[in-house]
Amino acid sequence: MNNAALLVIDDEAQIRRLLEITLESNSFNVESAETASEGLRIAANHPPDLIILDLGLPDENGHSVLKKLREWYTKPVIILSVQSSEDDIVSALDNGANDYLVKPFRTGELLARIRSALRGIVNEENNPVVDAGDLQIDLAARSVNKNKEPVKLTATEYKLLSLLAQHEGKVLTHQYLLREVWGPGYIRQTQYLRVFIAQLRKKIETDANRPVHIITESGVGYRFIAKD
Amino acid sequence: MLERLTKISRSLQILISLGLVVLISGICYLLSDWMDYKVVAFLLLLIVSLIAIMFDIFPVLVAASLSALVWNFFFIEPKYTFHIGSAEDGVLFLMYFLIVLINAVLTNRIRRIEKQVREKEEKGKTVKLYNTLLNSLSHELKTPISAIVGATDNLLADPAKLTEENKKELIAGISVAAFRLNQQVENLLSMSRLESGFIQPKKDWTDVSELLYDVIQRLEQQLKHHQLIIQIEENLPLYKLDYGLMEQVLYNLLYNAALYTPEYSDILIQVNNKADKIYSLNTKEEAHSSIKKETNQLVLTIEDRGPGFPPEEISKVFDKFYRLSNSKTGGSGLGLSIVKGFVEAHNGTVLLENVPHGARFTIEIPAETSYVKI
Repeated sequence: MNNAALLVIDDEAQIRRLLEITLESNSFNVESAETASEGLRIAANHPPDLIILDLGLPDENGHSVLKKLREWYTKPVIILSVQSSEDDIVSALDNGANDYLVKPFRTGELLARIRSALRGIVNEENNPVVDAGDLQIDLAARSVNKNKEPVKLTATEYKLLSLLAQHEGKVLTHQYLLREVWGPGYIRQTQYLRVFIAQLRKKIETDANRPVHIITESGVGYRFIAKD
Repeated sequence: MLERLTKISRSLQILISLGLVVLISGICYLLSDWMDYKVVAFLLLLIVSLIAIMFDIFPVLVAASLSALVWNFFFIEPKYTFHIGSAEDGVLFLMYFLIVLINAVLTNRIRRIEKQVREKEEKGKTVKLYNTLLNSLSHELKTPISAIVGATDNLLADPAKLTEENKKELIAGISVAAFRLNQQVENLLSMSRLESGFIQPKKDWTDVSELLYDVIQRLEQQLKHHQLIIQIEENLPLYKLDYGLMEQVLYNLLYNAALYTPEYSDILIQVNNKADKIYSLNTKEEAHSSIKKETNQLVLTIEDRGPGFPPEEISKVFDKFYRLSNSKTGGSGLGLSIVKGFVEAHNGTVLLENVPHGARFTIEIPAETSYVKI
């Protein structure tokens, strides 16, 4: 997975250099672009394995760059943003970003997001069992084990958990989860999501109040983490 | 009161002035058998002076002119003409006219000067407040910046002179300072959001227990030497709240509690629902139901075992940039005003009181609730 080629699009020289040092010392190949147009050109000429895109670019709004990229680019895009505005993040995720990081971010966090984005989606064929340490989710057998004991889940709980686990490491928005699990008519009914997440945590977390697998992303959604 | 009078419209001012002049002249006219016309002049002068204290220059001049004409017409011999009989009366009339005009102009000018002085004083106060804010702010921003600059200077100058341990300490110092700077900037952004007055809570169903534990997890490092006692009412409903704003409220309160109370002391956090039923008796529409309306309030209390707040300062702690006179460094003086602002954005209230061995914050927020059954 390493030696993957990454493209960084950010107008701040200091951040670009920091990302280059961080990523190169973790054996990624890094190219960087200062403007949206340069970024789009490089992406088209040598499509990278992953793009890190800053939302605040001088020549073009990051949201529209993301939309242009998504017309043809199918590999992961991670958004960097100084705005912690939830609307901004949710709209970037809805426009096809795989993940987001708010500046200032921690290096460890960045590397974890890149790795999980590069791993991609887990599904029944390529990897039927999601192993999260004390928790195993067998997507083929539709069974869940906690500390080697089977966990009884309702159909909806299982649907929610398997959806999160398949996108391990990636944030899934409230709307996405509601649409996928309950259906398009339910995307405003966040109360269901709250209750089912609380219910799930009681069953799969060692301490439901200090969850290590289902992590709340405030105002945005939830993220499944396999390992600490 | 005088301020308010000058604010009424000019035409109304003119009307009132004329009315007063006519009224006084009328009374004097009725009494003119017992009253010398010179006394009438003084009375009219008095009323114009009063008008000059209250109203703008134009209505005053109109009243002054009218009073002079009325005095001439009704009181100076020969009456009922504008003709003046004796030379003495002519001089008197002229003097009256001049005095009343000078009086009106001078009074008005004094009022204008007074107003300028007042404005200047107020401006002075604002500037003073602003300076305090800037001092406090630049201190809070410059301290971490100094730490970063100092540490990097050391690391860049001659790294060989530093022991490994010192290097690590300097780097850790940079990290802490950067975190503090970020915290200050976040606070300032929250504050300017509040100041702009455009804060609109984005309410969504919130599991308050999830919210609380989320904040506690984020403050793990700061709270590791405190004993948290958490009491959440069983079957607490979901509330419609702005998750982000409430996260900030709890974060600031718990961060304060961690920073300003002794290590190994308790912090008690309670979450309860307060339901108020409003009963109505025998309304026509709802003959069968006696409960008219049920409102729910989320009640959050955070109680610490710290030194409490000096009673004379309690009323000020929610003020912007206010810091207790002897507080240790690390805060910005913004935390509690943000708490208040965000709670009020939810139409809620926050109360601070001293309790035996500590302080207690009580937040009450009226909110829509939902009990979803699975």
